Amino acid sequence: MSNTNTDFLLAIEDLTVSFDGFKAVDSFNLYIDKGELRVIIGPNGAGKTTVLDMICGKTKSTQGSIKFKNKELTKLREHKIVRAGVGRKFQTPSIYENLTVFENLEISYPWGRTVIGSLMFKRDQKVLDSIHKVAEQIYLIDDLDKQAEFLSHGQKQWLEIGMLLVQKPELILLDEPVAGMSVKEREATAALLNEIVRDRAVIIIEHDMDFVAQIAKKVTVLHMGKIIAEGTMDQVQNNEKVKEVYLGH
Amino acid sequence: MFDEYTFEELKAILIMQSFGGLSLLCIYVLMGLGLYVVFGQMKVINMAHAEFLVIGSYTMCLASKFVIEVMPEFINYYLWVAIPLAFVVAFIVGWIIEWILISRLYHRPLDTLLATWGLSLIMQQCFRTFIGAREMSATLPEWLMGSWAPTDIIDIPINGLVILATTIILTVGLVFFTNKTRWGLRMRSTSQNRQMSQALGINTKVTDRFTFALACGISGIGGAFLTTVVSTSPTAGTTYIVDSFLVLVLGGLGSLFGLVISGGFLALLSSILEFFMSGSVAKVWLYLIIFVVLAKFTKGLFSSNIRS
Amino acid sequence: MKSQSTPTLTPNEGFLDKLLSGRSSFLSYSLLALILVVILPLTLSEFRLNMCGKYLCYSFCCIGLVLCWGHAGILSLGQGLYFGLGGYSMAMFLKLEASDLESTKIQTTPGIPDFMDWNQLTELPWFWQPYHSFTLTLLLIIILPILLATLLSFFYFKGRVTGVVFAILTQSMVACAWYFIVGNQGFFGGINGMTDLKTLNGWDIREPSSQKILYFITVACLFGCLFFSKWILNSRLGRVLSAQRDKEERVRFSGYDLTAFRVFIFAVAGVLASIGGALFTLQVGFMSPNLIGVVPSIDLIIYTAVGGRLCIVGAVYGSLLVNTARTLFSEAYPTLWVFIYGALFIIIVLALPKGIAGIWSDHLRVRVRSLLKLDKKDKPEKLTT
Repeated sequence: MSNTNTDFLLAIEDLTVSFDGFKAVDSFNLYIDKGELRVIIGPNGAGKTTVLDMICGKTKSTQGSIKFKNKELTKLREHKIVRAGVGRKFQTPSIYENLTVFENLEISYPWGRTVIGSLMFKRDQKVLDSIHKVAEQIYLIDDLDKQAEFLSHGQKQWLEIGMLLVQKPELILLDEPVAGMSVKEREATAALLNEIVRDRAVIIIEHDMDFVAQIAKKVTVLHMGKIIAEGTMDQVQNNEKVKEVYLGH
Repeated sequence: MFDEYTFEELKAILIMQSFGGLSLLCIYVLMGLGLYVVFGQMKVINMAHAEFLVIGSYTMCLASKFVIEVMPEFINYYLWVAIPLAFVVAFIVGWIIEWILISRLYHRPLDTLLATWGLSLIMQQCFRTFIGAREMSATLPEWLMGSWAPTDIIDIPINGLVILATTIILTVGLVFFTNKTRWGLRMRSTSQNRQMSQALGINTKVTDRFTFALACGISGIGGAFLTTVVSTSPTAGTTYIVDSFLVLVLGGLGSLFGLVISGGFLALLSSILEFFMSGSVAKVWLYLIIFVVLAKFTKGLFSSNIRS
Repeated sequence: MKSQSTPTLTPNEGFLDKLLSGRSSFLSYSLLALILVVILPLTLSEFRLNMCGKYLCYSFCCIGLVLCWGHAGILSLGQGLYFGLGGYSMAMFLKLEASDLESTKIQTTPGIPDFMDWNQLTELPWFWQPYHSFTLTLLLIIILPILLATLLSFFYFKGRVTGVVFAILTQSMVACAWYFIVGNQGFFGGINGMTDLKTLNGWDIREPSSQKILYFITVACLFGCLFFSKWILNSRLGRVLSAQRDKEERVRFSGYDLTAFRVFIFAVAGVLASIGGALFTLQVGFMSPNLIGVVPSIDLIIYTAVGGRLCIVGAVYGSLLVNTARTLFSEAYPTLWVFIYGALFIIIVLALPKGIAGIWSDHLRVRVRSLLKLDKKDKPEKLTT
């Protein structure tokens, strides 16, 4: 386990996890700078989601270290990791269907997350302002009173991203944010991502190569739990190993 | 508290009590098998499961009554008809109940808990109304009533041995059935991926119904053998239901091996505790020990570590 | 601004509906108060009113279950344990008062409760000492369930035990409590329970006039608990609880420590049940293990489900209705009642998961609104005593 401190926002070293002997992620290294947008691609079962799961604490790693602002995350419980500044969006939109858009965003508001705090929580102007700001960013400002289950699939994805933004995290983990979106919604999402990355780092898992090309500066390719290539989209696309993995023989 | 016994006596006590524990283990396992199969496949928690045990017991009692009145010369052999009959009766009742009620409750475990509790109340009242509220026991063939004494201070009842043998046969049989037969394959595939199984042409409805009825049938056999140890009454099942569920939870809810081991742990512990203190105090300690164990191993003792 | 108004429940309800829902909430409390404070005391005999008071004690547990099961998704099959905690605390205080030197002089050891004397105890056990003081007793009625509920749930919630497994555990806990009391005859009176409770600080609780006063005290406490629960549900904590019921992971990844929230609501449910238990002992004059076992604990759940598992006011109607029906039916047709009661569990689960509160909110309210411009003031389907 490494004890060295780095300037990186997130430094993952030698991360490994095995499920009943099967190594889903194997000696994985990843360094993310402040303000970086990194896309992780790879075929099904490559271990992409597992990496995100380990960063946010959903899955416990077998060995290795994950340092966020030089703070070790592997031993922390989920809510502690979130409070340290990591936000996670799931693959299928995970929102509270029977609450309104406003309430969905409000639950993510980073105050009053203890029992007493939530009992005493007041919906003051500051809360309203920051929720409105986020709602505007995610194109849902006119739907604040709408019950979340009546949103379109794409809007639900945005809402979940918005719930992360309300938390004001420094690192956002997005698992297939444009799955099931129309072309128009994809473009809007790309704009949204380019905007939010200004204040924070974002790690995205994505299958849609056109979308990746639209947003990515740096791409990491994962296969069978190992990194096989890293670089710009062009570099990666021309990498022999990557072609092999994606196209097979 | 050990002072008044010699070492030899303590050893004999341990052996006899663990044997007493074995009979209890058998009841836990026979109950647990059914609960396990039904929960595993349909995510149904069946609070009325013990009532199927009672159905088996009553079948046995009524069969023995019938034999004594009509053809007393067969009293030594009626068991071989009564036990399959107990299975068949419990199986049929289970089939009907699955069809009417349980099939509407899949994958709502908390709700099934309530609905099947209601069912168990109704079934108990049926026993009371149609069979009678009084306790009832079966007349046993003579060969079942003796005991086997390997040394002069150890004394093991034969009916206990018979229950043990039956439990082993049924458990092994169930494992064989689920792992080696076509029906078993259907059950396993339905429990793992219902939609895919449907797409592959498996009639999942019938498979479920069959599984549920089979679980009830096993309980029926358990109940039939239970009559050789204790008498039965309309509410006899309630004695076992809380403990059986605890066995299931302790075993990790998804493992047959865990079920048997935790059943054994519970049964042994409770029969040893019961020897040294009064029944209810022993129960308190038994539960407290389980609570502590479960506080440490919250997933049960034998759960597999698979990514959710 | 749009979002500053209170959140709507369904999207098709407009501003008027929001106002009405505020008003109908006020109306439903007023209606309950009208029934409990005016109608029942005026129409029922002393005997029946005392019975209603008894049923109301169960509704404290049901309010707790609405919070814990309906809103937070934690089904407890063992609320009887906490009911018993309050009930026994009160009973121990009353028993000590009833066992003064004068009235126990024929015992081998005068001054201790009779069942202790029968069991050859010669001294009051240490854990009985606090029950000499009424203030301490009241404190213990609140504190004990908090401590016990925390102890009995913290490790499980921390280990992510939920749903069915937790339900089964709570059932074993209440079974354990039952065996504990039955096994400790000398300390807690065993299966017979604690009987012959007479006075509270010298005030005879068996007099019809005292029983009437106790009924009103119960109603007052009930409204206190209702408002307290309403406050919890309307706070952010209430929304977090129902959010974690449906999307556990999402809430956890919004930075909440769910263990604390679950322990909290489980403890609140425990305290409510304990208050109910204490009031129960006062009105009935005894406490016994059979009032708190596995079966009575499940009964509490069906009262809650009949009233509507999401509606705290419904919990009160549920316990009144089911118990009234039980009393009326089992006097006349005991066998039939068991069938009806069993069927009730099934019907609620299959057809009426939201209970009578659901009948009102899903069917009747809309119809009433379309028929009348005004909100209708009576809800005849809710109580038929």
